[in-house]
Amino acid sequence: MTILAIDTSNYPLGVALIEDNQVIGEYITNLKKNHSVRIMPAIQTLMKDCERTPAQLTKIVVAKGPGSYTGVRIGVTISKTLAWSLKIPLVGVSSIEIIAAGAGRHFDGYISPLIDARRGQVYTGLYEYQSGELTTVKEDRLVLSADWAAALKEVNKPILFVGNDLPLHQAVIEETLSSQAVFAAITEHNPRPSELALLGKDKQGEDIHSFVPNYIRLAEAEAKWLEANGKILKG
Amino acid sequence: MKKDQWIMGIETSCDETAVAIIKNGREIAANVVASQIESHKRFGGVVPEIASRHHVEQMTIVIEEALKEANLSLPELDAIAVTEGPGLVGALLIGVNAAKALAFAHNIPLVPVHHIAGHIYANRLVKELTFPLLSLVVSGGHTELVYMKEQGHFEVIGETRDDAAGEAYDKVARTLKLPYPGGPHIDRLAQEGSDTLKLPRAWLEEGSYDFSFSGLKSAVINTVHNAEQRGEIIAPEDLAASFQESVIEVLVKKTVIATEEYKVKQVLLAGGVAANKGLRKALEQAFSTKSDIDLVIPPLNLCTDNAAMIAAAGSIMYDKGIRADLSLNANPGLDIELYN
Ligand SMILES: [Zn+2]
Repeated sequence: MTILAIDTSNYPLGVALIEDNQVIGEYITNLKKNHSVRIMPAIQTLMKDCERTPAQLTKIVVAKGPGSYTGVRIGVTISKTLAWSLKIPLVGVSSIEIIAAGAGRHFDGYISPLIDARRGQVYTGLYEYQSGELTTVKEDRLVLSADWAAALKEVNKPILFVGNDLPLHQAVIEETLSSQAVFAAITEHNPRPSELALLGKDKQGEDIHSFVPNYIRLAEAEAKWLEANGKILKG
Repeated sequence: MKKDQWIMGIETSCDETAVAIIKNGREIAANVVASQIESHKRFGGVVPEIASRHHVEQMTIVIEEALKEANLSLPELDAIAVTEGPGLVGALLIGVNAAKALAFAHNIPLVPVHHIAGHIYANRLVKELTFPLLSLVVSGGHTELVYMKEQGHFEVIGETRDDAAGEAYDKVARTLKLPYPGGPHIDRLAQEGSDTLKLPRAWLEEGSYDFSFSGLKSAVINTVHNAEQRGEIIAPEDLAASFQESVIEVLVKKTVIATEEYKVKQVLLAGGVAANKGLRKALEQAFSTKSDIDLVIPPLNLCTDNAAMIAAAGSIMYDKGIRADLSLNANPGLDIELYN
């Protein structure tokens, strides 16, 4: 069993190779650089260093978003093409879940990873480890961080907030949740590609041809068109 | 006996997801195009984000279909040729990254191709090229005259200074309230009308092979506007015919003059607007008396975006030793003379 994990859904670029019960290689950067230029060479280098060939791969696990539309498409396109052409299974994992998996393993409470989505909004969800298994408490969504914090006031557990975009939203969360909110250390913010591989390890392969990113949002033109035509229908 | 050469072409620069396989540079073994025209129609043009989303959905399906059609497996390919640019960056990225993944997984050489070089090489699927030659490239994003002294060598001797001919067609179609894409509708209407409006021709300065269509576009809009104010109605057929005549006259005349100056043996029509009946007819007429020049016009399905043309150009680039590594990126502003 040799699993290749690929994450280009946000600024962090990640590649990992895990085998049986070992992480044999992992590469992460957190840079505002072009994923299209760097991801395939990163995969090539990691596999070469680990002395593994594409033919030895048994599964591809990819971060399927939410995140940068272009970024997530690069990872998904490469993963679909690799999995289809090597005839191996493809598994997609939420880009938010990956962050929760790494940072919250030993945290007693809920985990809310944050990815900035501009104009005060975040991509987020609510997760919890239950007997060693990461479970979804609230589905991934796009929400104003202020609204999200207000909604979380209702849950009676400490919440770990994590993600590289935390500084953009920390003030509003602290103001609403005060001591209920716990903030992760900088070493926990990057999604670990080995966590991505682990999350996908026992999941069943999905249909490769129809696999698409989870954008969460409609394309802007689509949303506007629906709005305009909805208005016309209402008269 | 020489071994056959098999090249896969991948093209996603705009709103077609296309994969083709070409044998020995000239024979089409597979040519699959998944068009998105229907999903962009309601927006009146191609929406880049929606185009990119569709490419992700179609990419592996189209690759699989092409291999099936050619009855080949990936390891049998000599190279994968992919459109590097120009085009919509998000759309280009899908083809580029799929090509890189295939090249890496199966250790296949990767060849970057310029989209317009592809349009020109669509002609080689019809007829062997003879040099020197001149190609008139007319599409939604491009209007240029390209001189080629040999295979895989491109020299742009004239290009548009503002709108591409295809853009002018789209804007005039909108003025006439014709559905998207407007080019074919104007072409059809033009066949029924006549050049009564005497719209301007942009010849630019003496000796220039450049084009300009923004003045013509404004003239059309003004003509319609003035007629409306006077309470007159201009027959759309005549407007279409007058507009089309103005575009075609400039394109054809500049092409003819360039063939004389550059003493070319062949003239190739290339690009999506090459499907235009009026343009085809005018070129055929202009070159009918020039028996020393061979005019080549590809069939309609090779004029619009496809991957057979990318593989055809890729075949020549492959022979020239042009290769890309896994850091290949989409390049929306790629220069056709880069790989000379
Ligand atoms: Zn084109």
